[in-house]
Amino acid sequence: MRIIEAENLTKKYNGFKAVDGVNFHINKGEILGFLGPNGAGKTTTINMLTGLAHINAGTVRLMGEDYTRNAKKAQALMGIVPDESNLYEELSGRQNLCFCGALYGMEKEQRENRAEELLNQFGLHEAAEKPFRAYSKGMKRKLTIAAGLIHDPEILFLDEPTTGIDVAFARQIRSLIVDLHRKGTTIFLTTHYIEEAERLCERIAFIVQGKIVREGTVVGLMEETQEEKIVNFTLGGEFSAVESEFKQAFPGYKLKPGGNSSVSIHSPTSFTLLPFVQFFEERGLPVFEAKIVRPTLEDVFVKITGVDLQKMQTGQGAKPGKGRKGGA
Amino acid sequence: MKTWIAFSGIFMKDMRSYYLKPPNISWGLIFPVAWTLMFFLRSPVAVEVRDLLPGVMALSILFGTTSMLAVTITFERKSRSFERLLLAPISLNLLMLAKTSGAIMFGIINAFVPVIFAVFLADLSGINWLMVLASVVLIAITSTFLGLFVAVSVSQVFEAQTFSNFFRFPMLFLCGLFIPLADLPAFIRPISYALPLTYGADILKTAISQTGVIALPVSFIALVAFSIFLFFYSIYNVNRKWIL
Repeated sequence: MRIIEAENLTKKYNGFKAVDGVNFHINKGEILGFLGPNGAGKTTTINMLTGLAHINAGTVRLMGEDYTRNAKKAQALMGIVPDESNLYEELSGRQNLCFCGALYGMEKEQRENRAEELLNQFGLHEAAEKPFRAYSKGMKRKLTIAAGLIHDPEILFLDEPTTGIDVAFARQIRSLIVDLHRKGTTIFLTTHYIEEAERLCERIAFIVQGKIVREGTVVGLMEETQEEKIVNFTLGGEFSAVESEFKQAFPGYKLKPGGNSSVSIHSPTSFTLLPFVQFFEERGLPVFEAKIVRPTLEDVFVKITGVDLQKMQTGQGAKPGKGRKGGA
Repeated sequence: MKTWIAFSGIFMKDMRSYYLKPPNISWGLIFPVAWTLMFFLRSPVAVEVRDLLPGVMALSILFGTTSMLAVTITFERKSRSFERLLLAPISLNLLMLAKTSGAIMFGIINAFVPVIFAVFLADLSGINWLMVLASVVLIAITSTFLGLFVAVSVSQVFEAQTFSNFFRFPMLFLCGLFIPLADLPAFIRPISYALPLTYGADILKTAISQTGVIALPVSFIALVAFSIFLFFYSIYNVNRKWIL
């Protein structure tokens, strides 16, 4: 079942197209990753989906119902966690959660129970009565996520949830996201950390300069961009001893020796491993490991978009026009 | 969706976080006392407390509400917590009414602080209290919506303060409290009639000392019209400027 469907979504600021006719959908219970450099249009897309920005063109539906012109219709079903914590500094953690519950029309007892539950779930019970201003950055981010979940939304929007916080808190937040996903929460996640998207998301949409340049499952995207199949063998002896014999026996394969006792076999098509294992075993080279080598999401992203990854993750954005496929 | 829960949640939070804080309570007490003393000291002849009451009440509301609302909303926008309100599933009109209701209540409470002092200093018999209450409520509403208008027009907290003064000080001198409307130069009088406080102060004068000069229905209609205009113009601007 599709929770959100966006068609031809467009946003212009003074004639500049920040988001340019994007199409995507989010299925119930999945994590969709929206991946792109700073300024690619990720936050603008979230703002349009959640009602913080007017939509210039296109339509957006929540569970089949069009809310393009009236986001208020859909906001009760959404939990929104912005890229910067936006809770009240003077209120305690518990008061912030209860206040957010009130905004969604929850009765006093109901919101107090839910706040208690979330404070426990997010490991913030000890700090529940402290003012939000006294929280560390990581704790603030956790409480902001908890506030997004107070009303048990159909879909949770997470905008750069781990940006600007330390490694330990980032890990905790990723683990919380995994837990939420296991419990069936649908999540729309924007990030410019590729490893985070690879680890958390089922499907990914790459957005560069306001356009979705490719979208698909993580595995699908990797396979799609893989030009050849690669298997790496770790052997119980030196490969060089059998290299010439190997080339005669398997003339259609490319070889890349990876040290004394390992070799990578490359082929444009899929191949079975048994003949290779038999070849090595018969020549006294036991096979300790045979590992399929797949491209990382990072390889896929660079290949599709041509974006300089180092610059993207340090916040300097995209280098357009270098992509081998697609492009903005 | 129980919108009244959201409404009361915003109202109660603002009362607790902003309006019932000790500095604001002391402002509510000090401000009318300072104004009363100023009137007493500057006047070469004996001044009746009852004559001062409309002016002190009107100014307590004006100064209490406009800056408080403008500053709190601008502050919340800077800290992005206002975004959380915009993302709540309640209509923008209701949201802004909830946001302004705390300031309106603060203004009403402020208005009656000088009355409490006056009870001990003067004979307050013969005052039309119903009319006083009605005018106080309407002045509080228009002043608060003026604060909202200011909040929507600026982006920094200090701008909210200075821009509020741009409206408040002309009102102070042109609303008929210091200088009777009839004594103002003819070319300035139209400006006086374009200010909401002129009508509010005049109703208070009529209710307290029977010295008002504008017909009551005209004043009430003018205040309601100012409130409606300022509120919906501000909503229009929120939609245009804050929901991008």
